[in-house]
Amino acid sequence: MKTYINTGNKDTRSGFGAGLTELGKTNENVVALCADLTGSLKMDEFKSNHPERFFQVGIAEANMIGMAAGMTIGGKIPFTGTFANFSTGRVYDQIRQSVAYSGKNVKICASHAGITLGEDGATHQILEDIGLMKMLPGMTVINTCDYNQTKAATLAIAEHDGPVYLRFGRPKVANFTPEDQTFEIGKAVRLTEGTDVTIIATGHLVWEALEAAKALNIKGISAEVINIHTIKPLDSEAILKSVAKTGCVVTTEEHNYLGGLGESVARILSENRPTPQEFVATQDTFGESGTPAQLMEKYGLNSDAIVSASEKVLNRK
Amino acid sequence: MPDISALKDLTTQVRRDILRMVHKVNSGHPGGSLGCAEFFVCLYNEVLETKDGFNMDGRDEDLFFLSNGHISPVYYSVLARAGYFPVEELNTFRLLDSRLQGHPTTHEGLPGVRIASGSLGQGMSVALGAASTKKLNGDSKLIYSLHGDGELQEGQNWEAIMYASGNNVDNIISTIDVNGQQIDGSTDKVLPLGDLSAKFKAFGWDVIEVEKGNDIEAILEGLADAKSKTGKGKPVCVLLQTVMGNGVDFMMHTHAWHGKAPNDEQLAEGLSQNPETLGDY
Repeated sequence: MKTYINTGNKDTRSGFGAGLTELGKTNENVVALCADLTGSLKMDEFKSNHPERFFQVGIAEANMIGMAAGMTIGGKIPFTGTFANFSTGRVYDQIRQSVAYSGKNVKICASHAGITLGEDGATHQILEDIGLMKMLPGMTVINTCDYNQTKAATLAIAEHDGPVYLRFGRPKVANFTPEDQTFEIGKAVRLTEGTDVTIIATGHLVWEALEAAKALNIKGISAEVINIHTIKPLDSEAILKSVAKTGCVVTTEEHNYLGGLGESVARILSENRPTPQEFVATQDTFGESGTPAQLMEKYGLNSDAIVSASEKVLNRK
Repeated sequence: MPDISALKDLTTQVRRDILRMVHKVNSGHPGGSLGCAEFFVCLYNEVLETKDGFNMDGRDEDLFFLSNGHISPVYYSVLARAGYFPVEELNTFRLLDSRLQGHPTTHEGLPGVRIASGSLGQGMSVALGAASTKKLNGDSKLIYSLHGDGELQEGQNWEAIMYASGNNVDNIISTIDVNGQQIDGSTDKVLPLGDLSAKFKAFGWDVIEVEKGNDIEAILEGLADAKSKTGKGKPVCVLLQTVMGNGVDFMMHTHAWHGKAPNDEQLAEGLSQNPETLGDY
């Protein structure tokens, strides 16, 4: 079984910041807007390198999204930055009308997604954003798994013409994907080859899926782990190819099981190849205060939960 | 010098277009459209410095954003008669497969429209974004926008109004259609707007008040005054006092025709008050 090495824990938001800094140097059309969270979003370096291309809008997310839509008129590529909660639910109508329906080339970059925002609690956590954003026609939805991939995705979305929702997080997590990777929007990454069960993971749960695969391997269960960084458009070919081999699926994400990656996978399977599936996700609940690790354990979002779900789905084959 | 008589003739024809468009599909918003007919005619024929044809990026030309998208009939009529698309296409307003959606969109590729509007309160932010891009591009042309007065009840406007002065966005002229009416009644009864001039000034804007918002010469003078105030560190607001339903006597001074189409008799009466000038579509 192929194994991956954690080169040192890093936060995905810093991957975004590094990507944005690089874009600042390589693409003069990239502009950045932030709603009073420059430090949290790691946008400081872009701001200091290119003050004329950095727009501090204050605590006014609706105006930020509308401005970003307007900035595309004349050729700019705006990257907006705030927490995932304030990037989606708070400004859904602005994104819907001024960005998605109007077909504007805005990159909505959302940090502190999911439950691992931690101690601030449920007002600031969001477990519904993937669903909200994937329902918008024309919106590309990306949830990256580590620092390197987030940096690569940040560079890639600047080259993509159209609205994008890029979701990443706050805590330092394993950094294990290649530093020099090419990020292909809409292309799944098969991390391990396996024959018994397919584990389809996104975001912070990808590393947990790899840990689960190791544990399953010891038990004699061969797991194929697929990293779905792009939830929309979803790489249905990669999913169906793997499932044709394994015959069962576990999906896992730091999101409500309603509206998330799991439901998108279930739709593809039900249309093409009905397959037993288990969902490792939050169960239609809000989060709460706690450390990221405590919350992931309490809400069943870790390798142990993926192992249990895998064993359960194997019995349903 | 602008040919005032020609502009008046065009305004009359635009009123006919508005009435016929909403009558045909028995839906749409004639009241606010009629109230802004003179403004649109002035804007597109005397004020905006635009290039031939339509390019979404709109570099080196003035841009206009309509925030209160429900007055699409006047927007479409004036765009068509300015040559953005064939006037015959006004026949397709609100019909299936039309580029003339109930509220303006970019989705169907209608020339002249750069943003969808209809869900209120978003246009000023979009206009500020476009104004910021103009500055980054070293483009000295201006951004114009139009907003309903009732629309200012949407909080996003005040985020944008605060941003604009705080960041010296001085290449924007935002006009407020002050007709004092909204769907449920007068703005005073629904939710009083207070002293809009004082509010904009308190937020750091230059304010031009046009009391005769349905008078072509007054509008041209007001917009020229507004333009002269751009580039001086402050955003510019034009408070345009209009009469909802202007030019059709039974539609004037009431919110009743905000979103209601005339029946056959009412159409005939409205058209008789506005004789054909440039030819119906």
